[in-house]
Amino acid sequence: MSACALRVFVQRAAVMRKAAHQTFSQTRAFPQCVTGSYTHSRGINTLTNSLRAEEKVTVHFLNRDGKRITVKALTGESLLDVVVNNDLDIDGFGACEGTLACSTCHLIFEEGVYKKLGAVSDEEMDMLDLAYGLTDTSRLGCQVCLRKDLDGMILRVPDVISDARVDSEKESSTAPPKV
Amino acid sequence: PGLHCKRPWNILRERTFFPPAELCPAYSRVRGLSSSSSPRVCIVGGGPAGFYTAQQLLKVGNAAVDIYERLPVPFGLVRFGVAPDHPEVKNVINTFTQTAQHERCSFHGNVNVGKDVTIDELRQAYHAVVLSYGAEGNRSMGIPGEDLPGVFSAKDFVGWYNGLPSNKELHPDLSFETAVILGQGNVALDVARILLAPVEMLKETDITQNALEALAGSKVRRVLIVGRRGPLQIACTIKELREMVNLPNTRADMLPADFEGIAEALKDLPRPRKRLTELMMKAVKEGGDDKAEKCCGFRFFRSPVEVLAGADGKRATGIRLALNKLEGSGESARAEVTGQLEDVDCGLIISSIGYKSIPIDPAVPFDPRRAIVPNEMGRVQDTAGLYCSGWVKRGPTGVIATTMNDSFDTAHVLIQDMEAGKLDLSVNKPGAQAITALLQTRGVRTVLFSQWEKINAEEEKRGKSQGKAREKLLDVDEMLKIAWS
Repeated sequence: MSACALRVFVQRAAVMRKAAHQTFSQTRAFPQCVTGSYTHSRGINTLTNSLRAEEKVTVHFLNRDGKRITVKALTGESLLDVVVNNDLDIDGFGACEGTLACSTCHLIFEEGVYKKLGAVSDEEMDMLDLAYGLTDTSRLGCQVCLRKDLDGMILRVPDVISDARVDSEKESSTAPPKV
Repeated sequence: PGLHCKRPWNILRERTFFPPAELCPAYSRVRGLSSSSSPRVCIVGGGPAGFYTAQQLLKVGNAAVDIYERLPVPFGLVRFGVAPDHPEVKNVINTFTQTAQHERCSFHGNVNVGKDVTIDELRQAYHAVVLSYGAEGNRSMGIPGEDLPGVFSAKDFVGWYNGLPSNKELHPDLSFETAVILGQGNVALDVARILLAPVEMLKETDITQNALEALAGSKVRRVLIVGRRGPLQIACTIKELREMVNLPNTRADMLPADFEGIAEALKDLPRPRKRLTELMMKAVKEGGDDKAEKCCGFRFFRSPVEVLAGADGKRATGIRLALNKLEGSGESARAEVTGQLEDVDCGLIISSIGYKSIPIDPAVPFDPRRAIVPNEMGRVQDTAGLYCSGWVKRGPTGVIATTMNDSFDTAHVLIQDMEAGKLDLSVNKPGAQAITALLQTRGVRTVLFSQWEKINAEEEKRGKSQGKAREKLLDVDEMLKIAWS
């Protein structure tokens, strides 16, 4: 290995070690399930997955492109954990890392399943209110934890807004009044 | 060792210098990275729009992406706009950091595009350029007295408590009892909350020390948030309103007259607007603790017409408001003058009526009426190979997630154009190597991401000694010294 490549290797290893130790420094809005930091939890959760096979739950995600993604996940994990731990290809999901500061983990549930979920807190409702395509069976994924009785549920990933439409709605209200 | 790449950096230093890995051509060969034939994209602006656009480009294509930022530090409004007591919103910095550390991405801070290097020079060095430089200006009220001491734009006031270097000498005078904020969006509510929050709530955040000390000595006890239309048109969102209602030692100061007819309109409102309005009405009805030392309230149907100066004419001592009536209803209702006026005594006036983009380079088309770069789905009008994302594309509204989706859209359009052959990818483009060399001839040295991380570490270290999340550096020269140490 040339000296240059070696120096590069050492530098990159240092960067990856640092990323592995980076946890979010801000408080999480924990639903009742326990979750870990996202930048390095993947390895740990894969290990625990194989040790606790009997608590697995099957979840189906209907992605924006129409494709269905099926995963097995653990009871107790939030739906945001499931997406992150399984590296599901859902663009922009969970931007605020589960702290109830955005609405990007918005998911639409089947009606029967929605009724089984717990009450929605004001804080969750406040952020849900900002979600595009809000429905009566919408929830934020970071606040919903898997249970055995949710086995086999199908979740729809809602579309996100296209900017052209927002522009035309805003146009009419931006002009100041003539005073 | 390591210095077999002949680059001009070592001329500038007295001792041997190892160029950072990102710029060493041997590095590219070793990693098998972006060969000279892969597309090179340049992004102007290191805020959320820039990073999210980069993220999507890196994910879907095989482009090499370089992000240029004027300040030595990245992250734009996530660092300088989000309120200090909303640290969770800043979690997106983690994903931006991963993007910057991607092997096909490099960050170049301390580069003023438009001054240090032109857009045309960037377009020569890259296959595509994306403008993501946001909105650094603000809409002015356009009224007499607006330039008097005591009047600030929300952009500057927020920049002051968030450590934006150009606002460090703001020194707002907080010795007056009443502050009036024009505008009722989330920025206005952030400003009101920071003015009225107990210092205990702020002292562990990343608010700057000088702002914290100024707020600790503040005499401001009453904040009025003024809007030209009614309660059903208020632009803030419920989370921020709830925080305001729940502020310790602060009671609500609303005018029941402003809420006439609102209760009847509730049943027809969509859920988000309904919950927001119900929370406001609850605040009107309950008022809050009479023993509270501070108060905060909305004033509706009022537009500023003049800032009033005291007898000596030297500073703002009040504001004259015109009373409006509403024509139409819902989001598109318009405020119309009635001719009535009202004066409010106050010593601090903050105008929070919108940020505004400015033109970056004469070569780039700009729409002065809408204050954006004219574009069709992110493709800049009449200019092949030039794109835009974020506020400079859509206008300065929306939360981070709005910008995220918008940036993903622009990235997809760019990739589409690459795949459709609309950009000539057969031509080799030199990218950052050429630009960095060009900047050097102009005496400009860039800050790489690994160098920002030194600034970051220093800020966290200084913060720790004060029990704060971080103590931001306020001086660009100090940032550069630490970055290049």
